[in-house]
Amino acid sequence: MSTAKTLYDKIWDAHIAHQDQDGTCLLYIDRHLVHEVTSPQAFEGLRMAGRTVRAPHKTIAVPDHNVPTTLDRVKGIDNLESRIQVEALDKNAKDFGVHYYPVSDVRQGIVHIVGPEQGWTLPGMTVVCGDSHTATHGAFGALAHGIGTSEVEHVLATQTLIQKKSLNMKVEITGSLKPGVTAKDITLSVIGKTGTAGGTGYVIEYCGDAIKELSMEGRMTICNMAIEGGARAGLIAPDEKTFAYCEGRPHAPKGEEWKQALKYWQTLFSDEDAHFDKVITIKGEDIAPVVTWGTSPEDVLPINSKVPAPNDFEGGKVEAVKRSLKYMGLNPGMSLEDVTIDTVFIGSCTNGRIEDLRAAAEILKGKKIKEGLRGMVVPGSGLVRAQAEEEGLADIFKEAGFEWRLAGCSMCLAMNPDQLQPGERCAATSNRNFEGRQGRGGRTHLMSPQMAAAAAVTGKLTDVRDLL
Amino acid sequence: MEKFNKLTGIAAPMPLVNIDTDMIIPKQFLKTIKRSGLGANLFDEMRFDKDGNEIPDFVLNKKAYKNAEIIVAGENFGCGSSREHAPWALLDFGIKCVISISYADIFYNNCFKNGILPIVLKPEEVDLLMEDSKNGENARISIDLERQIVQSSEGIEFSFEIDEFKKHCLLNGLDDIGLTMEKVSIIDEFEENYQKKMPWV
Ligand code: SF4
Repeated sequence: MSTAKTLYDKIWDAHIAHQDQDGTCLLYIDRHLVHEVTSPQAFEGLRMAGRTVRAPHKTIAVPDHNVPTTLDRVKGIDNLESRIQVEALDKNAKDFGVHYYPVSDVRQGIVHIVGPEQGWTLPGMTVVCGDSHTATHGAFGALAHGIGTSEVEHVLATQTLIQKKSLNMKVEITGSLKPGVTAKDITLSVIGKTGTAGGTGYVIEYCGDAIKELSMEGRMTICNMAIEGGARAGLIAPDEKTFAYCEGRPHAPKGEEWKQALKYWQTLFSDEDAHFDKVITIKGEDIAPVVTWGTSPEDVLPINSKVPAPNDFEGGKVEAVKRSLKYMGLNPGMSLEDVTIDTVFIGSCTNGRIEDLRAAAEILKGKKIKEGLRGMVVPGSGLVRAQAEEEGLADIFKEAGFEWRLAGCSMCLAMNPDQLQPGERCAATSNRNFEGRQGRGGRTHLMSPQMAAAAAVTGKLTDVRDLL
Repeated sequence: MEKFNKLTGIAAPMPLVNIDTDMIIPKQFLKTIKRSGLGANLFDEMRFDKDGNEIPDFVLNKKAYKNAEIIVAGENFGCGSSREHAPWALLDFGIKCVISISYADIFYNNCFKNGILPIVLKPEEVDLLMEDSKNGENARISIDLERQIVQSSEGIEFSFEIDEFKKHCLLNGLDDIGLTMEKVSIIDEFEENYQKKMPWV
């Protein structure tokens, strides 16, 4: 048998604390990220059983889902349940002694943005969080995925997770991207091709020249949506860009340890003849700026397409498309570029990083958003916000007519007051266009920050290439 | 998780079939940040009227059953949601054992995760215990998990089946975490080696 290993195999093998005969493993966890929604019962479970957090120094907590993103948030949270959840995290973080970034801390933000930013996420690590978009951290060549509340408790108590190994999938994006095409278009196009269940049972490794060319921000956007393609996790092999991003971050290793880490990280790639259970190849040149038209991330098409008809599909999807077109208020055959919008949301753990804001600002520079349209920019963290202000991006957004918000999940999932009204249509840079995701009856079109900015200017879904 | 070995207690008869998780703990109580405290709302809509007053006819409101530790129930107990709030609510009220003909699968497994013993008996055996439990405080039912025996107040014994591993976990008070904790020395050893190789983690 070949001893060649994939990147996933290597990380997996390095973390097996124990293996049962049936292949069930006790996987050692390097970083446990915690937010306020999925952790309270886990902490309570520890208390009831008289247990402690095994490795508080490897546990990082930050409130993000419920926090208000308006400038007056120091006033506190109105919604009782939201407030209770955030207060519970405050208390749990303190009682159990884990690293904590409270709402008042400039480093607070969306957990998947804070982790990498603070140097908690490093190549070769196992990273878990009670949140499905934990896959984001795979951009560093870390094995990262979401877990349930009972597993959160398990990791808190034992720093391990009971796991069985997934299969290996390779998604290769060859060549390079054309102007106006971004990481978001890659990741949405892959899901369009494989479907939302295409990755089920797999860990995906993204590779190819087009991926190598991406910045770390872009790579995080790609891995962030691995879960939307059904995969357990997404991975990208670390390289010079990864190391440069990590170097000097507050919790990255320093001095001798840095050298030692680097040496190890340089071994983290899939061996030449390693076995993949499934391989998908897409040419970078073939990818266009895309938008979603339905209520599943797989409902995606290039912007210059027409809305499909239910009969263009087969099986159960026919009914699903009927339902989603009705929900979305779209008719088959209509040009996507004729779809008018009321709201633009730029933010989330998919596209709330500095590079995303730069890209959107580039389009918006010297322009105004369409009259009557509501535009919202929600930076992914307080530090992203500060940097954007320093670079003058905030002024561009404000002058264009956008609200310039504080960091949090915000309108990505509408758990705080940032919500769509029924029937409102939003160009969003987030990752889920499910029914009601951004508020009851709200209609979501997913796209890149550039495309969202272009839509803000014209008031319609727009091909950003026309504005370049 | 608490160990379960022997129990002798008052059993509340609930002959209704298909008692679902929404009856056990209605939806509006699921938004809590706690898993304790749910006992106050166990069977809320059957137990209290709109104004929050106890409905005297409901079995757990009767004086004889206020301290019940066992429920004898109709078949397919615990169908519905996969959330663990139903066993949390039962346990918080003080119910440590349920006796029925059958259970919903997820609920059955969730019971073990929380230290509750769900016992499966034959219909005629459940019928007999149902009648027995109608005698309230005067009819204490006994359970011996080690021997896999249920005994009626009159000393009639029935044996029940249970997965060996699940039995082991209950007897020793082991949930998933407890089981992993049994391997703590393996984790310690792994961590020590790992930390030597990768001190930056
Ligand atoms: S930004 Fe959206 S997807 Fe990301 S963690 Fe928050 S709610 Fe989840």
